Amino acid sequence: MHYVFQFNVVWDNWRILTDGAVATVEMSVAAFALGLAVAMLCAWLRGFRSFAVRGVVRCYVEIVRNTPLLVQLFIIYFSLPGLGVRMEAEDAAVLGLGLNFGGYATEILRSGVEAVPYSQIEAATALGLSRLRIFRHVILNPAIRICYPAMASQFILILLSSSIVSAISADELTSEVNTLQSTTFRPFEFYFAATAIYLALALAFRFGLDGLFWLAFERGRPRLGQGRSRRRPA
Amino acid sequence: MSRDFSWPEMLFLLGALKWTLALTGVAFLGGGAGGLIVALMRVSPRRANRVAAGCYIALFQSTPLLLQLFLAFYGLAVLLGVQLEAWPAVAFAFSLYAAAFLGDTWRGAIEAIPAEQWEAGTALALHRGRVLRLIVLPQALRIAIPPTVGFLVQLVKNTSVASIVGFVELARAGQLMVNVTFQPMIVYPVVAALYFVICFPLSEAASRLERRLDRRSV
Repeated sequence: MHYVFQFNVVWDNWRILTDGAVATVEMSVAAFALGLAVAMLCAWLRGFRSFAVRGVVRCYVEIVRNTPLLVQLFIIYFSLPGLGVRMEAEDAAVLGLGLNFGGYATEILRSGVEAVPYSQIEAATALGLSRLRIFRHVILNPAIRICYPAMASQFILILLSSSIVSAISADELTSEVNTLQSTTFRPFEFYFAATAIYLALALAFRFGLDGLFWLAFERGRPRLGQGRSRRRPA
Repeated sequence: MSRDFSWPEMLFLLGALKWTLALTGVAFLGGGAGGLIVALMRVSPRRANRVAAGCYIALFQSTPLLLQLFLAFYGLAVLLGVQLEAWPAVAFAFSLYAAAFLGDTWRGAIEAIPAEQWEAGTALALHRGRVLRLIVLPQALRIAIPPTVGFLVQLVKNTSVASIVGFVELARAGQLMVNVTFQPMIVYPVVAALYFVICFPLSEAASRLERRLDRRSV
């Protein structure tokens, strides 16, 4: 092995790397917010009696979940201008990531909503609550608790998969690194550094989001399941 | 002079679809073999094995696939001293990636087998390897099938990321056809439809298998 690693050039560009990391996080948060809004809309539409409305939601979910994110981004950024819809690469990236996450989030919300016993909805109806209030108080609140862990995992998946929006030239960490490696001819060092940054971000968010869940839902509860026998013999 | 998107272009896409499936197949076989090792290490009685496999899984689940591909591509070049073709580098990286996810899935399946099964096996004077092979793994296999099929869908879709490092599969072929036809409005939806035709039946099969498993265990 004759290769000499040179990480100095990576340190010299730390400013660009941190800017890229910030852009990645901002893009992921925006996409998460968009996807969550879409998913709530879909979850609400799913309760409709109309076959057509439910069919549209089902189609959206299945198309998003059974085609690659990269191709979805291509369609939004390269195909939509043919219909007169043009946007910046960054906006296309947020839209693509958001709509992609929205499909998965719709399913996550459904599992949360289905976890609410129907008798509770009947009870709320009997108390004269409106459809919207039943949705908000009886279905949504307990659903959030059930959905939170899956949503937190999805956020980290968005963070990681956002690296492929560099393929439509949207500015974030991976595209910054692509530029840096092509001007310095140090691809391995820069991709290594970028991978380390993503790893640090993913672990930090994992830790932070798990901590938040504990603060919001678990703190002060009696600990169940303590002393349960391990499934594996010692 | 640009061409229209018609049969020759469609055949080019279908030819590239073969490479998408080939990469999926190689990654699934390589990842399956690696995943079995990772899963068994994860349930090993030795702490060092469990920690090593856990780190491996966390590392691959907490970094972007695209950067794993870049690192494999340039890292192998650094290690071997020669620039590799895209295909072996990509096949290698996808196998490592699949091993992490399948390993984690299969660990879950093995741990879902009740401790009593292990105890019963031990009571019959079987040693650990035989309990695992004769009693635990056959039952875990049944539980593992639905999520494994589900992961196959992820794998088919994620092979599209290989196009970014220059491997010509379906997504890259779509880009090439857009370059000659200037018809992204037609080409990319067709590419998406081809992925859908592969992935949707697999997704349906996965959820059907899962429902059947739920019914039986109730």
